Amino acid sequence: MTLLIARNIKKRFGGLQALTTLDVTVEPKSIHSVIGPNGAGKTTFFNCLTGFYKPEEGEILFEGRAIQGMPPDRVASRGISRTYQNIRLFSNVTVLENVLVGMHRHLHTGWFGAVIRPPTVRREEVAANDEAMRILKFVDLDKKADFVAKNLPYGEQRRLEIARALASKPTLILLDEPTAGMNPKETEDTTDLIRRLRDDLGITVLLIEHDMKVVMNISDLITVLDFGKKIAEGDSLAIRSDTHVIEAYLGRGAATGDSYGAKTPAKTEA
Amino acid sequence: MKSDRPFTLVDAAKLGLYGGISAILISLVGMTAAFAKTAIIADLLTMAQVLIYGLAFMVGFVVVGRAARGSRGLALPAGALASAVTMLSLSLLALLIGAVNLRTIFTNATAELANLILPGETSGLAGALLLTGAGAAVGLVAWLLTFVPTRIRNGLFGGIAAVVLFGLMQDVLVPILPKSVDDFLFESKGLTWVGAVVVFVLFFILSYLYAMRSQVRISRLDKLPPQQRQIARFAFTLVALIILTLLPRILGPFLSEVANQVGFYIIMALGLNVVVGFAGMLDLGYVAFYAIGAYTMAVLTTPELPIMREILPQLTFWEALPFAVGAALLAGILLGIPVLKTRGDYLAIITLGFGEIIRLLVLSDALKPFLGGAQGITGVGRPKIDDFTATNPQQFYYLILVAIVVAWFITSRLKSSRLGRSWMAIREDEDVAAAMSINLVGYKLLAFATGATLAGLSGALFASKLGSMVPASFNVLVSINVLAVLIVGGMGSLPGAVVGAIVLIGLPELLREFNEFRWWVYGAVLVFMMLNKPEGLWPEATRVRELHEAEAEHTHVDDDASPTAPATA
Repeated sequence: MTLLIARNIKKRFGGLQALTTLDVTVEPKSIHSVIGPNGAGKTTFFNCLTGFYKPEEGEILFEGRAIQGMPPDRVASRGISRTYQNIRLFSNVTVLENVLVGMHRHLHTGWFGAVIRPPTVRREEVAANDEAMRILKFVDLDKKADFVAKNLPYGEQRRLEIARALASKPTLILLDEPTAGMNPKETEDTTDLIRRLRDDLGITVLLIEHDMKVVMNISDLITVLDFGKKIAEGDSLAIRSDTHVIEAYLGRGAATGDSYGAKTPAKTEA
Repeated sequence: MKSDRPFTLVDAAKLGLYGGISAILISLVGMTAAFAKTAIIADLLTMAQVLIYGLAFMVGFVVVGRAARGSRGLALPAGALASAVTMLSLSLLALLIGAVNLRTIFTNATAELANLILPGETSGLAGALLLTGAGAAVGLVAWLLTFVPTRIRNGLFGGIAAVVLFGLMQDVLVPILPKSVDDFLFESKGLTWVGAVVVFVLFFILSYLYAMRSQVRISRLDKLPPQQRQIARFAFTLVALIILTLLPRILGPFLSEVANQVGFYIIMALGLNVVVGFAGMLDLGYVAFYAIGAYTMAVLTTPELPIMREILPQLTFWEALPFAVGAALLAGILLGIPVLKTRGDYLAIITLGFGEIIRLLVLSDALKPFLGGAQGITGVGRPKIDDFTATNPQQFYYLILVAIVVAWFITSRLKSSRLGRSWMAIREDEDVAAAMSINLVGYKLLAFATGATLAGLSGALFASKLGSMVPASFNVLVSINVLAVLIVGGMGSLPGAVVGAIVLIGLPELLREFNEFRWWVYGAVLVFMMLNKPEGLWPEATRVRELHEAEAEHTHVDDDASPTAPATA
């Protein structure tokens, strides 16, 4: 069964049509990349999926149920979590606390439980701590659990954001440029991590990424956006040779030129 | 932040001039003249002298510190110059008063003031020169002090501060201390000089030891195994509780009254801390819930207000207490629902408006039969257990203490729970918190209602303790005061709320000398705190990290850290 169906999504900001009739279908346990030039509407699409924007038209079905127009917290509690293009950690608290906040959805302590702290609440807190440490181990940050988030190096901050998103045990995780600004080694590690999300945890990954090497490497399916429209879709082989894609990235004329026939539209922005 | 330009004598003179302007200001508002009558050490030192020379010293000390960073040779002349300029400015004021009549504008610029600054026998230019020389000498002392080890220097400061405090609080201390100690320490006005020396030496040793111990003790406590640490903490709590229980006996009626006043603010500060400190919502109308608690208590228990008595039976204090707290809680929820969708500044303005609405409601003539109007309500019920009724401050103290313990317990438990974490998330980044499936309105409402409840509790106790109350007790200044308590104590920190209330509410009551200039000092303290210690007196670790970014980054440095995320797309 299809995990996510976005049908005919339209989103407008004033005079700018950010998304025009976008259709995307995400299969479960796949890595699905969304690529496209700057301003193509990729992040807008993510924001529509997570409830931060309300699309003017269209329908978003997650596990068969409509989620368009729902507030972000309700969408999140359905099992969609995300990371951000510019890292948005809770930067003044520890790594562990960041992950614990991510687990909010699976904890149940209320006001009285927190004040009286009966054994059930104690057990829940202990279990949450263990689980958080397990998640941190998965992204290889368990040794830095007591560090203040903002003191982590850049690459580790990106991994912590993924860990925080994992903490809610999502079915679908949206990663917005997870390798942006990383050196080749960090990029490789992150690529591995994304693959393990699908293979080890069985989570579906929807990925915005500019690094074509990463995209071509790990994607099961690639959707290409330009000016808020889907211009191509397929596996990496198909996308590599798609004339529309080459045109969108390199401009008209490039698609017909000989020199680009076999090459990938490599990293256009850095 | 600061320029790398080397510190010059011109800068020193400039800072000295700032000091001088402050000294002139202090004199023109009448502080100097008023404090000249307050003896710290009998026949030797007045509060006015402490103030003026203390100011000159501070200027000198700061300048020496800054100048020494550039070149060591510059420190002494710079410090002496700065302090001298401060004193010179002040003597110029005295000379000016002698030559021109300033009283039409500055009522405090009297010949008496001029005479205070430049005493009779050395009046005129000679006196001015003498005072300037004294300033330079103070600068020299400041310079000398930089060679003293920090610990001893802190001991000296501690000793001097203690002597000044003892001198200022003579009226408060004399009734508490045994008569023999009184006679030894105090004359009719001010400390005896032997007493001053004893106090100085005692507190010098104490602050010296404290500076030494505080480093050792904390590390030692951390090293203890968790179980023993828990025992240590338990023992500490027990000792604190015993002392707190005995406190009203030691303090006597007047100081117990002050302690109660502080107590009301501690409860409110702990409550507002949940709203502002934990969840990061600026609430400027907090007094509204305090008023609602107080008025509910008053209306339900007073024998007056015949109309109300026809509708509602007269309750006792204990019966009314849950209603008072509940009314505040309900008001918190009712106000919260429409308001909490707004953010930041808008929330602050709406709550500010709400606070005023409540104040005007209780003041209104239309509601006078129900709420007492401008005259307020008298005959508020007192807590009664069997035949015992709490009436005096020393008895009320215990009730307030219990309320503080309850408030502390609730807020500390909430802080270290799933709720505390959710509030932290909302405070740091609302959007991300929502994406973590935190229901923003729901959790904000919880924080808001918790804060309102504690304010209601405080208000109910306040009404009962006073026995009567007027709407004037519930003006916007209360909200601002509670917020200031949190800021000075440390936003988000529980001990901070207590320390802040003691410093901002308790100290002014004790230092009656300052009463006339209370808001002056208040403002100065707030400005000073914001500039030099924005995280508060007893800060919470998270806030320190937030406010001292530069230092914090050096704690865990990794080599491959690229500090800024390159912006893409």
